Amino acid sequence: MLKDITIGQFFPGHSIIHRLDPRVKLILTIAFIVMLFMAGSFYGLAVGMAFVLLSFALSGIPFRMMLKSLRPIMPILIFTAVLNIFFIKTGDVWFHWRFITITQNGVVSAVFIIIRIVGLIVGSSLLTYTTSPIQLTDAIERLFAPIKPLRRPVHDLAMMMTIALRFIPTLIEETDKIMAAQKARGADMESGNLVKKARALVPIFVPLIVSSFKRAMELALAMECRCYHGGEGRTRMKQMKTSLRDYASLALTAVFIAGVVFADKLGPKVF
Amino acid sequence: MAVIKCENLTYVYGEGTPFRKVAVDNVSLEIDEGELVGVIGHTGSGKSTLIQHFNGLLKPTSGSVCIDGERLWDDKKRLRDIRFKVGLVFQYPEYQLFEETVYKDIAFGPKNMGLDEEEIDRRIMETIRMVGLDKSLLEKSPFELSGGQKRRVAIAGVMAMEPKVLILDEPASGLDPKGRDMILGQIREYHKEKKNTVMLVSHSMEDVAKNATKILVMNKSKVFCYDETAAVFHRASELEQMGLSTPQITRVFNRLRAAGIPVEDDVYTVDYGKKLLLKMLRDDRI
Repeated sequence: MLKDITIGQFFPGHSIIHRLDPRVKLILTIAFIVMLFMAGSFYGLAVGMAFVLLSFALSGIPFRMMLKSLRPIMPILIFTAVLNIFFIKTGDVWFHWRFITITQNGVVSAVFIIIRIVGLIVGSSLLTYTTSPIQLTDAIERLFAPIKPLRRPVHDLAMMMTIALRFIPTLIEETDKIMAAQKARGADMESGNLVKKARALVPIFVPLIVSSFKRAMELALAMECRCYHGGEGRTRMKQMKTSLRDYASLALTAVFIAGVVFADKLGPKVF
Repeated sequence: MAVIKCENLTYVYGEGTPFRKVAVDNVSLEIDEGELVGVIGHTGSGKSTLIQHFNGLLKPTSGSVCIDGERLWDDKKRLRDIRFKVGLVFQYPEYQLFEETVYKDIAFGPKNMGLDEEEIDRRIMETIRMVGLDKSLLEKSPFELSGGQKRRVAIAGVMAMEPKVLILDEPASGLDPKGRDMILGQIREYHKEKKNTVMLVSHSMEDVAKNATKILVMNKSKVFCYDETAAVFHRASELEQMGLSTPQITRVFNRLRAAGIPVEDDVYTVDYGKKLLLKMLRDDRI
């Protein structure tokens, strides 16, 4: 069950999207988010969505994964839709019954926002699908390098993030193992009321925390043994280089942003 | 009657992702009651995945598993009872300890079974004797114990459920040779005393040769063979081709035979080999 978590999951591959410089990818993702928020009409939104779909197609990630990334945000989508449909009271009234009023504006803005959120999630999960966590934190560290002189511990934060990301799968695996071991001893995690269920977690969390502490100590020791002393003067094994395809993708994104602005002029404004 | 029976059991990890892997491939197997089965195979040969099917922790992708004639997964509610019948000790079981005292931790399984205090107490006393833990440890925190002691507490925790089948995944890994022999000896004693079915997963041929009545060899997600210990080591060269070592003593005897000394080819314990050589020396055959 824990294996279904797709947030932050990385799918190794060799597509053009995989091979982009992670820094560029990070910037493009931010640009894409801005693009979606700039879109104020359905035409603009369509251009933005075309951009996501194109990127997804180029990445070679199975289409199914796109849907899978949406599953955890279903409640948010439904909640947003409900809020918009029932609480926007302007525009033509389509339906009225006692205190419930549904208007055209409400439905239109609900649809618009849902598409926008879907685009946001799909676009940003594409970043984690195609970039390994290590590359990603490396990119963050380098993008924030200019603020280092301001005595911001950029390297340390990036290192912490790398370690945290690195240990997510390990912890998931460990949790699975401990759960299996306790189930083998007859632990019952599915039935009972909330209190009983919460109590059933003790045999899982105690060993998990104990082993996490142990792991942290061991890792600290191993880092020290290899003379880790922070980011000062540290060189890198993998140099990041921007190449032609990075500039091309930057240009393409710029074109799409212009496209959004242009398309917005054609269509009726929603926001 | 076979206590464990599986038919065309297949298990696939990560179906539908780029990480898809067939871990157990079409395994059919019958294990009789009272055997001490040694399970050997390379890392990743599917042995750990296979044994997790025997107590219903994993659901077969296809095929079936029967325990005591009862098909698993027909009724999900029965799985918990199956888990009391087939006790599974995972690799590095000391990571599952969580209670405040050793006593409470061993009692976790029996308590889940709904036994009364008196019965739980009786079982704890019996199992700590079997795994060689001192009574004085019972009120200590399991986190204060040494590695070997923790391991034994964890094994006791499963033994205390008095399962009909006891499966141990690498129970001796990471222990020093003395601790190793001790735990394996205790498992052998347990088998002798209880006459239960025991499965011992290991990649040490020596351990398996010394203890098992039958051996199951897994290779590349499939069962390579399941036979009497002697018959399996008879195929020493095939095992070596698979990258599995045979017991040192078997290799010694194979070399002797290759050198023209007419020794038997079913030697896999040092004791037996010694007896054989002494007899041959006495008879002036060498």
